[in-house]
Amino acid sequence: MEKEKLEEEIRTETIRKKVLSVDSAALAAQKPQTITMTDGPLIPKKGEKHVLSAWRVTFIGAVVLLAGLVIFKPQPYRQIFLICIEGAPVTFEVTIFAIIGAVIIGTFAGLGSVSRHRWINMISGVYVELIRGIPLLVQLIFIYYALGRFLHLEGMVAAIIALSVCFGAYMGEIIRAGIQAIPKGQTEAATALGMSSSQTFIHIILPQTVKVVLPAIGNEFISMLKDSSLVSQLALADILRKGREYISRTFLSLETMLVVALIYLILTLVLSRLVGMLEERLHKNNG
Amino acid sequence: MAKIEIKNLYKDYTVEGLKTVHAVRNASLTVDDGEVVVIIGPSGSGKSTLLRCVNKLEEPTSGNILIDGVDVTDPATDLRKVREEVGMVFQSFNLFPHLSVLDNITLAPRKVLKMDRKKAEELGMELLERVGLADKAKNRPPQLSGGQQQRVAIARSLAMKPKAMLFDEPTSALDPEMIKEVLDVMTDLAHEGMTMLLVTHEMGFARAAADKVVFMDSGEIIEMASPEELFTNPKSPRTKSFLDHIL
Repeated sequence: MEKEKLEEEIRTETIRKKVLSVDSAALAAQKPQTITMTDGPLIPKKGEKHVLSAWRVTFIGAVVLLAGLVIFKPQPYRQIFLICIEGAPVTFEVTIFAIIGAVIIGTFAGLGSVSRHRWINMISGVYVELIRGIPLLVQLIFIYYALGRFLHLEGMVAAIIALSVCFGAYMGEIIRAGIQAIPKGQTEAATALGMSSSQTFIHIILPQTVKVVLPAIGNEFISMLKDSSLVSQLALADILRKGREYISRTFLSLETMLVVALIYLILTLVLSRLVGMLEERLHKNNG
Repeated sequence: MAKIEIKNLYKDYTVEGLKTVHAVRNASLTVDDGEVVVIIGPSGSGKSTLLRCVNKLEEPTSGNILIDGVDVTDPATDLRKVREEVGMVFQSFNLFPHLSVLDNITLAPRKVLKMDRKKAEELGMELLERVGLADKAKNRPPQLSGGQQQRVAIARSLAMKPKAMLFDEPTSALDPEMIKEVLDVMTDLAHEGMTMLLVTHEMGFARAAADKVVFMDSGEIIEMASPEELFTNPKSPRTKSFLDHIL
């Protein structure tokens, strides 16, 4: 009897130990290490022959189709193209300024979410949750009208601010992940050398984070270029808006939207290649 | 040079909010000025934790650590000052990969000690010369072998002109053929009279360079003696069984 009881006790103890050890291992394995990218597959890398050739096929196809239409069927495509491309400067202007704004807001949001300060942490957390939970178009229109009514901002500025605020949340998550991807040993080494936490951040963490997040920011830039078409809702004369104005005059809806789609596609493909090249260069420098 | 006194140090961890682990239990230990003390023991015995408490990379639960009489555990103590004076070398080197070898060494003197760049670079080259890596000054750390990286890490610590050095398993991540080059640098340092506290598995180094060897097991200091005495005539059966396993 005594012996059985003892054996039973030993058995449960071993099981308990096993469960504990399994738990800690699983916990260690769960640690997130990757940075999620919204447009990952868009960016071809050198070794990936398949993606690269898919990129080539799409790109050459789009360019040939657009050029063919404009050259061989100038009526109405030539006119449509010339009108739509007039919107390109607006599209680029909105995209470039909004990405700069998003990086600035995102840096604060990212820093906030790794901050040890509880309230700062909470504020940036709420910001990210709020933005991620509302459709981009709804936010855009809301912020645009709010800024227009209370601050009387010009359309372009309001649109840029609205896009910056929306993308800032996603950018914040990228920057948070980038900061957390830097090994803890880096901070420890800097601390052990007597550097203050702000010195450590500026000289050790930040430069390494930039390298980690740059490809992801490039990706956001591509997303931004596409999503900037939403500002056509806000009376800004971007590529899509120009196209829609043309449709309302001529009712050539299918032809116009074909040209608009091809213009966006070519721009996006060129950018994704550029981001891919940037990434390759960064990796080379690291080696 | 400096004297490190550890008095009745405790360090507890809470694992997943429910289980308390006593990593270090009532450890007391003195490293005299210019002395080399080596801590040995099985993995998980609290050696590294004890070492990391000395420059407060870990917050001790209770107890005192005095460096030249300055209590590190006192909240009023300027920790940055203490860390400037106590160098640390890590198992995984922790060099800054985005900076050149020379910049790795000069960064802290320039930013913390406000040394001007030219002077810092002279000092950096001098130290690289000393660890035999002057020709690698412009390279990035990832281009170096493990042994070379660890030598740079030692030079980086020395650039702060520390009064004492802590080594946390400096050769454990190295291939066997690279261990010697790092140990040679450490032996030179010991001969120059640097106060050193080390955690290592290199018994040969402990025998040759240490003034005292400390054996730790499950958070406690079991035995402390001169290397000859501890290796040839251990008093505790736990020390004996550990030495039987590794020697």
